[in-house]
Amino acid sequence: MAPLAPRSGDAVFANVERVNAELFTLTYGAIVRQLLTDLEEVEEVNKQLDQMGYNIGIRLIDEFLAKSNVSRCVDFKETADVIAKVGLKMFLGVTASVTNWDVDGTSCSLVLEDNPLVDFVELPDTCQGLYYCNILSGVIRGALEMVSMKTEVTWVRDMLRGDDAYELRLKLLKQVPEEYPYKDDE
Amino acid sequence: MQFFGGSDISPSPPVATGSGSNGHMMYVFNRNGICLLYREWNRPLRTLNSQQDYKLMFGLLFSLKSFTAKMDPTSVDKGNLGVPQLPGQGCSFHSFRTNTYKLSFMESPSGIKIILVTNPKTGDLRESLKYIYNLYVEYVVKNPLYSPGTPIKCELFNTSLDQYVKNLA
Repeated sequence: MAPLAPRSGDAVFANVERVNAELFTLTYGAIVRQLLTDLEEVEEVNKQLDQMGYNIGIRLIDEFLAKSNVSRCVDFKETADVIAKVGLKMFLGVTASVTNWDVDGTSCSLVLEDNPLVDFVELPDTCQGLYYCNILSGVIRGALEMVSMKTEVTWVRDMLRGDDAYELRLKLLKQVPEEYPYKDDE
Repeated sequence: MQFFGGSDISPSPPVATGSGSNGHMMYVFNRNGICLLYREWNRPLRTLNSQQDYKLMFGLLFSLKSFTAKMDPTSVDKGNLGVPQLPGQGCSFHSFRTNTYKLSFMESPSGIKIILVTNPKTGDLRESLKYIYNLYVEYVVKNPLYSPGTPIKCELFNTSLDQYVKNLA
């Protein structure tokens, strides 16, 4: 029997279980709010959100691979496309566009017009350094690390800070191939 | 199965035509060679202690993958033998058969390897292995009490796995 062809983002999104968008947004908001209360430093909260995202990402990748049936991406360009069109669609319900490729093809931008995490959110003056959606950068970094890519993911534009869209900069640091893990003399 | 909500994303379990014990044993490894799961249903002959057994199995598959990629007559770009490959890259072998058993193998791009040893008359188990991978996602990955990279100790996963393998053709 021929293997199933990879599904498009919409097809996958239609088939996974979904949760109420407001519940999702408000739960995330509650998490950030609590982190701000507990940690007080905006930088600490950013780091913690990134770490949480990383822990989510290392598990999310298996669910993504199992449900969307994509095979190994040939290069980083394809990886970015798959994240933007299938991954983000499957888990957040929105797609992103991939732009601003650099010369080597190792760095690009994911631009999100719509972001369900930030509905109803306004940043107060005391939290101006906060990357509210930093969990997303952690998720992408964690997920890519499990498919042998070490990346750096940073926010370039953030609507909560007055820009016109959400832009994530994705930079491939290196590919880490699988090595034989056992030492030969054991 | 209830928890998939009747969706047809995951391959629905292949029609059960077998009866009783078909599976001999099963291994699940992660990319670092750690044996996450070892299930045994029918294994009269055991030659090594479990640690050596896992290492042997993992080493065998690692070498086989490397070898099959190197010997691929259709691929243009081949790594040198011994050069580590990215999981999922190169041609991927999926089973081998001897006169007494058949070993089926599946590797995800995230490095999770699922190995199922069954009787030699078993057909192509790729869909079944994909289904088992889905079971892994639902019961293990989504379990907050499970730390990734450690041996799996989820009762629910074990029971649903046993039930599924029992019904494999």
